[in-house]
Amino acid sequence: MNQVVLDPTAELNPANRAVLPRLNQLGGKTIGLLDINKPRGDKLLDRLETLLNNEGAQVRRYNKPTMTRVAPLEVKQAIASECDAVIEALAD
Amino acid sequence: MTEQHDSYLVFLKRDCPTCVLVEPALRELESAGKILQVWSQDDPEFPGSLTAVGDDRELEQSYHWQVETVPTVIRLRGDKEVERTEGWDRAAWLNLFGTQQLAEDLPGFRPGCGSLSVQPGVAEELALRYGTSSLQARRIEIAELEDPLEACYARGWSDGLPVVPPTELRVIRMLAGTHREPAEIVGLIPPDLQPCSIEKIAINAVMAGCKPEYLPVVIAAVEAALIDEFCMHGLLATTWFSSPMIIVNGPITKAIGMNSGGNALGQGNRANATIGRALQLVIRNVGGGKPGGVDRATLGNPGKYTFCFAEDESEQRWQSVAQQRGFESQQSTVTLFAADGVQGIADQKSREPESLCRSLAASLLGVGHRKFAMLSDAFIVLCPEHLRVFTNAGWSKQQVLDRLFELTTRSGAELINGVDGIAEGMPEFVKDMQLAKFKPNGLNIVCAGGTAGLFSAIVPGWLASGDMGSSPVTKEIV
Repeated sequence: MNQVVLDPTAELNPANRAVLPRLNQLGGKTIGLLDINKPRGDKLLDRLETLLNNEGAQVRRYNKPTMTRVAPLEVKQAIASECDAVIEALAD
Repeated sequence: MTEQHDSYLVFLKRDCPTCVLVEPALRELESAGKILQVWSQDDPEFPGSLTAVGDDRELEQSYHWQVETVPTVIRLRGDKEVERTEGWDRAAWLNLFGTQQLAEDLPGFRPGCGSLSVQPGVAEELALRYGTSSLQARRIEIAELEDPLEACYARGWSDGLPVVPPTELRVIRMLAGTHREPAEIVGLIPPDLQPCSIEKIAINAVMAGCKPEYLPVVIAAVEAALIDEFCMHGLLATTWFSSPMIIVNGPITKAIGMNSGGNALGQGNRANATIGRALQLVIRNVGGGKPGGVDRATLGNPGKYTFCFAEDESEQRWQSVAQQRGFESQQSTVTLFAADGVQGIADQKSREPESLCRSLAASLLGVGHRKFAMLSDAFIVLCPEHLRVFTNAGWSKQQVLDRLFELTTRSGAELINGVDGIAEGMPEFVKDMQLAKFKPNGLNIVCAGGTAGLFSAIVPGWLASGDMGSSPVTKEIV
């Protein structure tokens, strides 16, 4: 059974954690594109980069060494410190 | 009176010699037609010579019937308890079973053993498993692959250090530390002004690492923080450094092992560390007071994790903080002060009160700003060797405070804006006045510290003291 804890707060927020706020525009934002190193993911990301540039967003590209494992800490930290949002390509 | 259709519940464990002893008596009663339901706590094969032995290794029946001792025999009429007896006492058994003679070859009396259902730690688990929980807090399920510590961080419940995940079992154990009802509301916690129950305080005390016996101190500290004069809302919101410092007085300090001696203001004592932290977590979690939110501190201070210690009350000739504030030495209290950090004062040469007062006064003038007057309050944390300078000369605490008040009173002309080439200072209109550094009652002394070292401390307070901000408050621990 999963562990259950008692809420220490005044319970003003939902019990489930909220997702981070979404971007309300793309213009002037920096968007990271993370290639998970799966065949043809780059094709999808190249197309996304063009579309994002058309919307006025700057794009930075990142790669995972292998699709089978989570991204290395350095990659996650680089994305978090350099980007406003990230898109991860899962496509074959 | 015992009636023919009464039935009997019998609770036993093989590990109890008295339970083993009474087996022939029970066999005799069963043969005589008494209706027995035996519950065995540790071995369903025991007692082997009886017919109706139930397996109560899960202790559900023992919990339900609130068994404290084995053997316990309960006489039932229908499903209602009429009476019970514990241990082996022939006279009591004869009476309970309404019979004239029983197991004549046994001794007349043997005490029983403790029931497994009331072993340390077990009772709360059974209450959780079989009882009706009165706890009202929302249950939050942590995903299977999630580390509970990380889950607490992710939900924003931590001050930055790990918290103990507040499971229901831990909270039930914590609540055993107080006689107060979990649902009782102690007040509205700023800044969100949310109602705070004893249960919510207990949850946060668990997270802070408190033992149940600290809970009454934490509750008193929360109640003290909610006293209007303390101005907790403003204290949280200020850009200044301050945050609650908790001084604990009275017998409870020794009972729960608080530190008033060496390193009293430092790390290493669980009660000191976790009581102060629990108050901070209540403000954070129940009140919603977080850095970057309503907490606007420019720098803050390390005491915002925790700042709590006991006063050294061993010097009988000297009034404690609590006594000064109208409480008896036998009462346990918390006193809260809107405190900044700790500023050291070294004086290894003064052996006379006047010289030491002058030393202390020189350092006190720097509180807030050297050119400020009548703004911050302050506590001096007087170390034992400095205290001895005063007590050996027969000085009372009030004498010391009065002298410090005089020595820190200055001419307004020295303090006004621009003087000494410093733009900061007091307004022009005070230039012909004599200005005390501290408001009346704005300077206090508390005793603590190790026996070696002629080093005391100043704990300066919030610039907004007294009516315009915070005053020290004291609350009895009950």
